[in-house]
Amino acid sequence: MTRPRMDQLALSRRALDRLMPMHLWFAATGEVLHTGPTLTKIAGGADLRGQPVRDVVEILRPKAAAGLPALLSLEGARLRLCLRGKPDLPLRGMIVALPAGVGGLINLSLGLSFARAVSDCNLTLKDFAPCDQTVDLLYLREANAAIAQESRNLTDRLQSAWAAAEAQALTDTLTGLANRRAMDAALQAMVDEPLPRFGLMHLDLDFFKEVNDTLGHAAGDHVLTRAADILRAEIRAGDIVARVGGDEFVLLFRDCDDPDLLEAIAARLISRLEEPISIEGQPCRISASAGSVLASHYERPDRDKMLNDADLALYASKNRGRAQHTLFSDALLAPLRHN
Amino acid sequence: MHGLVNRALQGFLCDTYDRDTWAEVRNQAGLPVDGFESMLHYEDRLTEQVILAAAHVLQRDRASLLEDVGTYLISHPNQSALRRLMRFGGDSFFDFLQSLDDLSGRARLAVPDLDMPDLHIRHDRSNRFVLDIRWGLPGMGAVFVGALRAMADDYGALAFFEAEVLEDGCEQVVIELVDQAFACGRSFSLGGRPA
Repeated sequence: MTRPRMDQLALSRRALDRLMPMHLWFAATGEVLHTGPTLTKIAGGADLRGQPVRDVVEILRPKAAAGLPALLSLEGARLRLCLRGKPDLPLRGMIVALPAGVGGLINLSLGLSFARAVSDCNLTLKDFAPCDQTVDLLYLREANAAIAQESRNLTDRLQSAWAAAEAQALTDTLTGLANRRAMDAALQAMVDEPLPRFGLMHLDLDFFKEVNDTLGHAAGDHVLTRAADILRAEIRAGDIVARVGGDEFVLLFRDCDDPDLLEAIAARLISRLEEPISIEGQPCRISASAGSVLASHYERPDRDKMLNDADLALYASKNRGRAQHTLFSDALLAPLRHN
Repeated sequence: MHGLVNRALQGFLCDTYDRDTWAEVRNQAGLPVDGFESMLHYEDRLTEQVILAAAHVLQRDRASLLEDVGTYLISHPNQSALRRLMRFGGDSFFDFLQSLDDLSGRARLAVPDLDMPDLHIRHDRSNRFVLDIRWGLPGMGAVFVGALRAMADDYGALAFFEAEVLEDGCEQVVIELVDQAFACGRSFSLGGRPA
């Protein structure tokens, strides 16, 4: 018994439509004989039969010369092409030559623009052969979009939680000192005491900007950390030192109404801050200017007024040539009155 | 248990009832968190505790509560993404039922670490299907009854569902598909905007 010849296969048009709903069959003369139902739908329902295949399909890659032989020479290659009526919808395809006289067959798929094609052409599950994974791609695309949204929601929630935590934080992350928020609260509490008796010092590093500019931010951070360690070491337990700006610090001294004591503390802080710091083997020098106020100076001390007056005293120190301390007195307000 | 499963329970309680209900369930269940995060994992016992607490707070039996969870997953507007993903299973409710074997695989395609039950569907008579469900968490049969009923509505099919628990712990849903084209159902456009 001889087996039938196994190198040829006859398929009905109906079977072809089901197996390859996006195929295009053209005759040896080059005219389109038939298009699969999904391809017809993508072409907007147009009847393409009888038209020359090269007028219907444009081969984008690889480049092919005009004419049918050039088209058939692309047999087996991975083609990028589009329908001339739909130039903005790139398709993927492959062409095979059929036995002499029967022409050729191009099978197409949607390629990477599948999602747009499906929505533009209103394709449904039925338009895809079960072997075509386009529907799975669509499914995966939607599932991924949903999951990505969940991840974005999580990130948003984490971000707001982080922002809320940061807003409530009382510590300066670089130096570990109290931050402005903590200082504001402590100062308010001190001002609210029945008989406020404390000193407030505003201290600003001198020549810090030069360190930052010439040696870089890492060196700047190192200097700030060192300065913070010095300030922390020099204050008593119960006193507060806060970093309130880039190189600005506020110190609160409890049970203090002695101007000479503040003067002595400031002198010691400045001299310790002037000790050279070694950065990558290079000695690096900074100093500090300070201005102070005493709560006892006021009949009814006010937080903002005290901070403001300490600031004026600090700038008086800077104006007198830096590396100094000034205790606020009403005389410092005089130049302002002239303005 | 994957956060998505827990989050679905939380969504059901918040959307079908309200946030106060969820807060009470959360308290009774002794949850260590304010809410579940979809992309994190939680201990399995927390899921069980939430179900027990919800049944207690809402004065409902476990099966009817879980059936409502299933319905919610498919039919609530806040879960429209899931409903769409389920519709990829087939063009008709008949095809959809056949695709349930692939459901866990499909889900893991999108979320590889998702806990999903083992599902096996048999078409045992002309209009009768039997879905076997094996999972650690009891009550999935009820969840599937609710979800499948909602899917039948979505496809416009008329079908009856019944959940059973077998002796070996396997849960079964028996589906009698009466009419595939009973109503027009909800529209599904394959290329519709991803929800």
